[in-house]
Amino acid sequence: MITNLIQTSKTWETPGGVHPPENKSQSMQLPLADWTIPDELVFPVSQHLGAPAEPIVNVGDKVLAGQKIAEAMGAMSVPVHASTSGIITAIEDRLLPHSSGMTGLCIVLKSDGEHKTIHYQTCGNYRLQTPKELINKIRDAGIAGMGGAGFPTAIKLSPNSSTIIDTLIINGTECEPYITADDRIMQDFAEDIIQGSALLGFILGTPKRIIIGIEDNKPDAIKSLRTELATLTSTSSDFTNIEIATFPTKYPSGGEKQLIQIITGKEVASGTIPSSLGIVVQNVGTAMTAYRAVCFGEPLTWRVTTVVGEALETQRNHKVLLGTPVEHLLQESGFNQKYSSRLIMGGPMMGFALPDANVSVVKTTNCIIAPSKSEMPAPPPAQACIRCGLCAEACPASLLPQQLYWYARSEDHEKLQNHNLFDCIECGACSYVCPSTIPLVQYYRAAKGTIREKELEKTRSDHSRQRFEFRKERMEQAEKEKEAKRVARKQAAEQAKKLAAEKKASALLSMGSDSIESVKKAGPAIGGNSIESGAIESTIESDPVAAAMARVQAKQQDPAAQEAKLKRSVDSTQSRVEKLLQRVNEAEGDQKERLRSQLKQAELRLQDAQKKLADFASSIETESAKTVSIETHTTVTETTETESKPKKPLKAAPPKVIDAAAAAIERAKEKSEALAKMSPEEKLKSQLSGLQTRVEKARDKVKQAEVDALAGKVNEHIDALRLGLEKMEAKLVTTQQAINELESN
Amino acid sequence: MFELIINNPIFTALIALGGLALIFGAILGFAAVKFKVEGDPIVEQIDALLPQTQCGQCGHPGCKPYAEGIANGEPINKCPPGGQSTINNIASLLDIEAPNLDEEHGEEKELKTVAYIREDECIGCTKCIQACPVDAILGAAKQMHTVIVDECTGCDLCVEPCPVDCIDMLPVEQTIRDWHWQKPKADLIATDRHVTLEQMHEENAA
Repeated sequence: MITNLIQTSKTWETPGGVHPPENKSQSMQLPLADWTIPDELVFPVSQHLGAPAEPIVNVGDKVLAGQKIAEAMGAMSVPVHASTSGIITAIEDRLLPHSSGMTGLCIVLKSDGEHKTIHYQTCGNYRLQTPKELINKIRDAGIAGMGGAGFPTAIKLSPNSSTIIDTLIINGTECEPYITADDRIMQDFAEDIIQGSALLGFILGTPKRIIIGIEDNKPDAIKSLRTELATLTSTSSDFTNIEIATFPTKYPSGGEKQLIQIITGKEVASGTIPSSLGIVVQNVGTAMTAYRAVCFGEPLTWRVTTVVGEALETQRNHKVLLGTPVEHLLQESGFNQKYSSRLIMGGPMMGFALPDANVSVVKTTNCIIAPSKSEMPAPPPAQACIRCGLCAEACPASLLPQQLYWYARSEDHEKLQNHNLFDCIECGACSYVCPSTIPLVQYYRAAKGTIREKELEKTRSDHSRQRFEFRKERMEQAEKEKEAKRVARKQAAEQAKKLAAEKKASALLSMGSDSIESVKKAGPAIGGNSIESGAIESTIESDPVAAAMARVQAKQQDPAAQEAKLKRSVDSTQSRVEKLLQRVNEAEGDQKERLRSQLKQAELRLQDAQKKLADFASSIETESAKTVSIETHTTVTETTETESKPKKPLKAAPPKVIDAAAAAIERAKEKSEALAKMSPEEKLKSQLSGLQTRVEKARDKVKQAEVDALAGKVNEHIDALRLGLEKMEAKLVTTQQAINELESN
Repeated sequence: MFELIINNPIFTALIALGGLALIFGAILGFAAVKFKVEGDPIVEQIDALLPQTQCGQCGHPGCKPYAEGIANGEPINKCPPGGQSTINNIASLLDIEAPNLDEEHGEEKELKTVAYIREDECIGCTKCIQACPVDAILGAAKQMHTVIVDECTGCDLCVEPCPVDCIDMLPVEQTIRDWHWQKPKADLIATDRHVTLEQMHEENAA
């Protein structure tokens, strides 16, 4: 009764499609062959769509069958497992089973022939686990779509949380000629497939319908699955939502979108994925391996591959350990090189020619065809398109292959996209029907590749534009900051100058009162003792003259360093000049002019530096002698200066002070020279007379101030003046005493 | 007044049309102010077509300034990295005839290249870092520098300032990820086809 129900599953028809010779019987004559272990197995780390896996074994490691040898990198990736036991002999670039014929990273395993497996962890009832745990198990088992595209199964099983999957389609269509691998497993592993369908259904939240879709050219597979389903349904209620749909054979019914349309009548919109309609499609092989992975803990280490073609003695399906070289399989099947025209991996419609038999069987290898020359002759050269329109009739995606062909030829990418090039499933139906044998699909593939490349370039160039603009902005910002800093520094310098001037002026005022004292101190000091002059110096530290002196001292202290510095600057300028000369010789046009001017500048600088060095060398000898005299001069200058301008008002100070200072320096010089000539007694006498005149002057001033005060004028300096007068008088007394002492001596 | 209007339909028409003109004028004036486009949109469009290598081979300090130059009437054939396809695209945007690439500014490179610093020889002078228009070189003074390959536009600007000549421009190797099918070779003309078929049979026989 159930069987009757299943038979009534309604199916729809898809547009287009072709009926190429099926050529499926050759490989179905013999039962499934068990694997033989080759000496060397090669595991490419990228056997699926998405990011390549990362090797986690080292050369020399011993591994067992089922052991993980490469770990998934990121979500869109699956791990790789060793398919037999042995030693890792290399991790290197090897030829890949890929249409490009390029090499890629592979893990090479030398088998020990014992095929020892790791302990597989079985699981009783998977329904006790959460779907998430089961998805992780499937991902960890390295399962990627077994139909041919190799899309990581775990990703397909975890659609958006917002979408509800109400239909799961298990794809047993196998519409390509020659391939019978799925037919074989549907007959031999019917239970695993139905169990696997139920498992995938459970993971997806038990959809209303789980439909196993099979073309009607596989009656044995249909029969075997139906019997199995009937048995399982009678024992458990877990399988009641599973049905089997059969439909007429037509290429390419097995395409995901085509199969969805056949089974549900719904069309997947351009640019969307089936899960947007609440549908997920999985291959029968995927269902089987997922079930084995979850229930028996078996990672994906083998698959069924059809090995077919007239260049072989035996054509049949093989259980193949993943990583087995194609060469090994061909030898097993009695390959005759003489009859062979080429080797094809995949079907004759969508497969690709292998560059060499030295590539390995991977997760997606469903078929290897070794046709004879008469079976698949080289395609005749393409002729001009006669616009017959057969391709448009054959296209299962309802595209306009002829228009696409013209646009692809003229590389009109915009028009190609407007004509929905990216909905082309590259099934090859158009090329198959083309009476001019134009390799249409190759045009579309090339155009798709170029468009993708262009888009990538576009994103890259947008990215670099962003970076360039960011850099420009950053540089402008830096320039602004620099400018702001420069302005700030300039202001700070001006401020400091002003402040120093003010300070000096106030210092002068206070010094006015102290000057008698300091002169008293300086008096004997000038005579010979320099310790006291040092003391004076420290009292007027903030003064620029003192700073200059300190600089002079520092200079004198380290003439060697000074000289070295000058020499260095000469050297660097010289090397720059040489470099520029060389560049000028190399450069051309505008640049040359610019470089020339740079060169001239550098030469000038060099001359300058050399001159400085020479000056320094000559000056260094006279320097020491000079400095001593400068020291004394400066001290005197200081005292004289302060004493000569005691009552200058604050604001007028800076400009006048300079002139006055110069005059004072002159005077002090004369004085000190005179002093040097005089005897101590004479010195003191001259000082005394000077003091006397000053005391008189000061007295006058105090009197004047007192008169002013009486008249009501406030003289703020009056106290200072009085104090100064007292001090001067005291000094006068001491000087007189000193003279008396000298005289009495 | 009202009667005058009624009696002279010409006035009615004039008032109606004049009124409409005023209303639309006001709307347009408002829109012109409200939706004013900042900058020159043509510059943005041209800039989008340029390859953004920022190489300066056109004589401008980057692609955007050249786009501005083109908008101001400069020749469009000064961009060697973009090549003829960029010239064609700009020509079709500006609706002018596409000239050939001006070889004075450099030749179109067959292969895309990226800079590579021979790291043992790098002295850490930071000159290349300052020259890089897209900040694709990583390093600090007296530290080894290296190029971020994904960011490098292959503009060559870092090669010249290097005092020890440790920067090479290496062609970008194709990987399996960016490989794609090539367009089938051009069709044969009728007379050649016959010969080729014969040749093919000979080859098959041999």
